Amino acid sequence: MSKTDTTENTSSALVSAPSQGSSVRLTGWLILIVAAAAIASQMRWDWIMDYYPLLWRGLVTTIILVIVTSVLGLLLAIPIGLVQVVGPFWLAWPAKAFCTVIRGTPLLLQLWLLYYGLGSLFPQFPWIRQSELWPILRQAWPYAVLGLTMSYAAYEGEVLRGAFAGVGKDQLDAGRSFGMSERQIFRRIWLPQAVRRAMPTLAGETILQLKATPLVATITVLDVYSAAAQVRQSTYLTYEPLLLISAIYIIISLGILKIFSRFSSSKQVRLAG
Amino acid sequence: MSESEGNASTEAIHAEQIHKRFGALEVLKGVNLSARKGDVVAIIGGSGSGKSTFLRCLNCLDHPTSGSLRINGEEVRFKPDGHGDLAPASRQQIRQLRSRLAMVFQNFNLWQHRTLLENMIEAPVHVLGVPRKQAIEEGKRLLDRVGLNDKHDAYPAFLSGGQQQRAAIARALAVDPLAMLFDEPTSALDPELVGEVLKVIQSLADEGRTMILVTHEMAFARDVATRVVFFHNGVVEEEGPPSEFFSNPQSERLQKFLSNFN
Repeated sequence: MSKTDTTENTSSALVSAPSQGSSVRLTGWLILIVAAAAIASQMRWDWIMDYYPLLWRGLVTTIILVIVTSVLGLLLAIPIGLVQVVGPFWLAWPAKAFCTVIRGTPLLLQLWLLYYGLGSLFPQFPWIRQSELWPILRQAWPYAVLGLTMSYAAYEGEVLRGAFAGVGKDQLDAGRSFGMSERQIFRRIWLPQAVRRAMPTLAGETILQLKATPLVATITVLDVYSAAAQVRQSTYLTYEPLLLISAIYIIISLGILKIFSRFSSSKQVRLAG
Repeated sequence: MSESEGNASTEAIHAEQIHKRFGALEVLKGVNLSARKGDVVAIIGGSGSGKSTFLRCLNCLDHPTSGSLRINGEEVRFKPDGHGDLAPASRQQIRQLRSRLAMVFQNFNLWQHRTLLENMIEAPVHVLGVPRKQAIEEGKRLLDRVGLNDKHDAYPAFLSGGQQQRAAIARALAVDPLAMLFDEPTSALDPELVGEVLKVIQSLADEGRTMILVTHEMAFARDVATRVVFFHNGVVEEEGPPSEFFSNPQSERLQKFLSNFN
């Protein structure tokens, strides 16, 4: 009984404090929107109807790229982070090297090396050209997915390394003292605590991942940015397409934040230092 | 002591010649200790005397360097762990034994990402294979018993140290342990919270739980223990029933140690 009371009190206290701030913020947003609408009304937007299918295709590609490469990258990042904490050294060392190299070089360079390097190396081998994978390998998107996945894996591997190391040994000892197996300890204690620690960072990193996707335009993948670039080339309009996709990127970013906040609030938890 | 060796059915824990070395430092230099079922053995001693390390060797959280260990009449099988210490030879066996020796830690070590009730059912469900529904019932009952009726769904970080330690004791009870190992359960608590935890431990002693209790609470050890053991420099310096032990300490070191508390 008293428990629910306290929770309600705390949550209403938590809600009411920011709501005052948010009404100020709301006014700010309104002013901004009115100003933007005033400027936008002076611009040309009739092209949207013509290029709508192209932009839509690009948008879908961008969203799929972010989701697929973040999920695959995170799955790779877990072992990359873990082996750097628990070893053995012959796994930890390559993982560390991978993170250092990928994080130390521009993503643009990596994409080009994959697409123009690997992509032009493959056709020289007849057995690859004749393999069933060739129709896929001759397209650009596999290299985009590979490049973005590796990038996410390297950054998040480093984030998770810190998160794994940050989970107290006493938490794991408690599992051992009750006879849990090392595998159970990892799955049920270590991993969930590490991921929860890393969650706020991962949200930010995923937004960075979204904003890295326009680079795939340079290897001929049609994402929302390259769709806008095509519009610009054929209509000679400079600002309108760029403003439109800016708005689109903001909306996707907000969506990413929403997804992550749902993840962390579904298990509202505070990890003690 | 000889009577505890004789009858395996009443013996809960029997440790013989436990040595533990951390690098060049020998923390335990051949500790012998046994506890029969229903015993409450209080281990006291200065810091660095090896009491906590010994406790952690009993369930192999720390690997002893040498020695032998019998839990509930079952010999723990060891093999060299490659670092100069002994690792349990059978993971199966040590997991099974650990699940019978519930540990209560100095810093509670409740799982931070789980509510109290989830903490309660974790080991019963995932180690002992108790049906979830039954584990929840039992978990609720035990939380109520330690006075946490209204905290079932709270996360550990939102509770006081005393509440967390009471929950940790309930979590240890949830596996219906053969013996409970307490590693300085009140040392991390604010003074005003010590009493509520000691009260819970006292009630467990009253119902005949087998316990090994590393503590600095001398008055409590005197009240609750059936036997008190004094560690000094990695060996058992003196032991006896509390009445003898506190009123008539034999060794000079124990006399000196006890004089710090009066």
